[in-house]
Amino acid sequence: MAEMMQFDLVSPERRLTSVQASEVQIPGAEGDFTAMAQHAPVITTLRPGVLKVVTTSGTEEYLVTGGFAEVGAAGTSVLAERAFAKADVTPELLEDLIKEANLQRDASNTDMAAKYADDLVAASTQIAG
Amino acid sequence: MPNLKVLKNRIASVKSTRKITKAMQMVAAAKLRRAQEAAEAGRPYAERFNAVMAQLAGGVSGDSGPKLLVGNGSNQTHLLVVMTAERGLCGGFNGNIAKLARVAANKLLAEGKTVKILTVGKKGREALKRELGSHFIGHVDLSEVKKLGYDNAATIAQDLLTRFDAGEFDVAKIFYSTFQSVISQTPTEQQIIPADFSHVEVGEQSTVYDYEPGEEAILADLLPRAVATQIFSALLENGASEQGARMSAMDNATRNAGDMIDKLTIQYNRSRQAVITNELIEIISGAEAL
Repeated sequence: MAEMMQFDLVSPERRLTSVQASEVQIPGAEGDFTAMAQHAPVITTLRPGVLKVVTTSGTEEYLVTGGFAEVGAAGTSVLAERAFAKADVTPELLEDLIKEANLQRDASNTDMAAKYADDLVAASTQIAG
Repeated sequence: MPNLKVLKNRIASVKSTRKITKAMQMVAAAKLRRAQEAAEAGRPYAERFNAVMAQLAGGVSGDSGPKLLVGNGSNQTHLLVVMTAERGLCGGFNGNIAKLARVAANKLLAEGKTVKILTVGKKGREALKRELGSHFIGHVDLSEVKKLGYDNAATIAQDLLTRFDAGEFDVAKIFYSTFQSVISQTPTEQQIIPADFSHVEVGEQSTVYDYEPGEEAILADLLPRAVATQIFSALLENGASEQGARMSAMDNATRNAGDMIDKLTIQYNRSRQAVITNELIEIISGAEAL
């Protein structure tokens, strides 16, 4: 039995989940990583992607668009700018998000915006598939 | 002695006023609960965020940090973001925020600084228009917004950041009301650009975090979000304060109307009695004269 740790996922508007998790897969800006209990303390920014939480009752998936994750001794918390549970993700929602990202990319024409849009598309295929 | 008909109309009109204020109070109570829940729900995010930011900001030394944190070296142009309600009839709520902003603006003007004002919410704009109207640079209308979302705050933050990058101002402060309880809301002034995390208590400093990407890259990524987060929590606090203020204002109004009805009713009964007595005297003295 894997050791459990406290995991919180909060967005500015509400706390999405607060559970005991054995592992959390986090889409970090520099690459995905999995946080487990006793993980070295780390703070990382997020890229749009799919966040997977493994608990005793199964695996939950969330779509996050950005923000940051803090892995510490007390547990892991992810502060996402926008986060949706997999069940709440609809094709329309994804379409809106991607449209918004594309607009941003066309408007700002920076690598960052382009990467954001690409990541988002990748994340949406991942969560839809 | 006012005549009976006038008094009767008066009582009827105060009664209908009481009905209206009573209804407004109940609506405000229901809305307050929702606003409080929203403020409550937003708190974990803001707290964590500020704690991490404070930790990060503490690590930045001297003037090398990002502009949003250490400022752009100047202190000449101040932007005051005045957040008030879209509606009135909420006691001193709008007035108190506007007053705080007015005092701050006048102080800055006296020091020879340039003041720019961005208003969020119609009432603050109206309150400041006469005196400081020439300093207005924009207005955010939230009257169409049913439920405050992070998007609203993000839009305002985006606007601020664009203006900051364009060099339109050096220092930005927000004015809003902190929700203490239903009967007490404190107008608050808070500096958001350059970001000030000195008021945030940093927990145990013992943990040394790895930062990925670098500390400064994270800071640069998070600072704009910090602005949005602070605006969002201010909006939520404001929302709850507004409803709280309205609720207690309407409670007072309802009670006052009740007192007034009592007084008017006594007056009405006395006048009626006087009329009856008068008539009796007339009848009796008429009968005696015969």
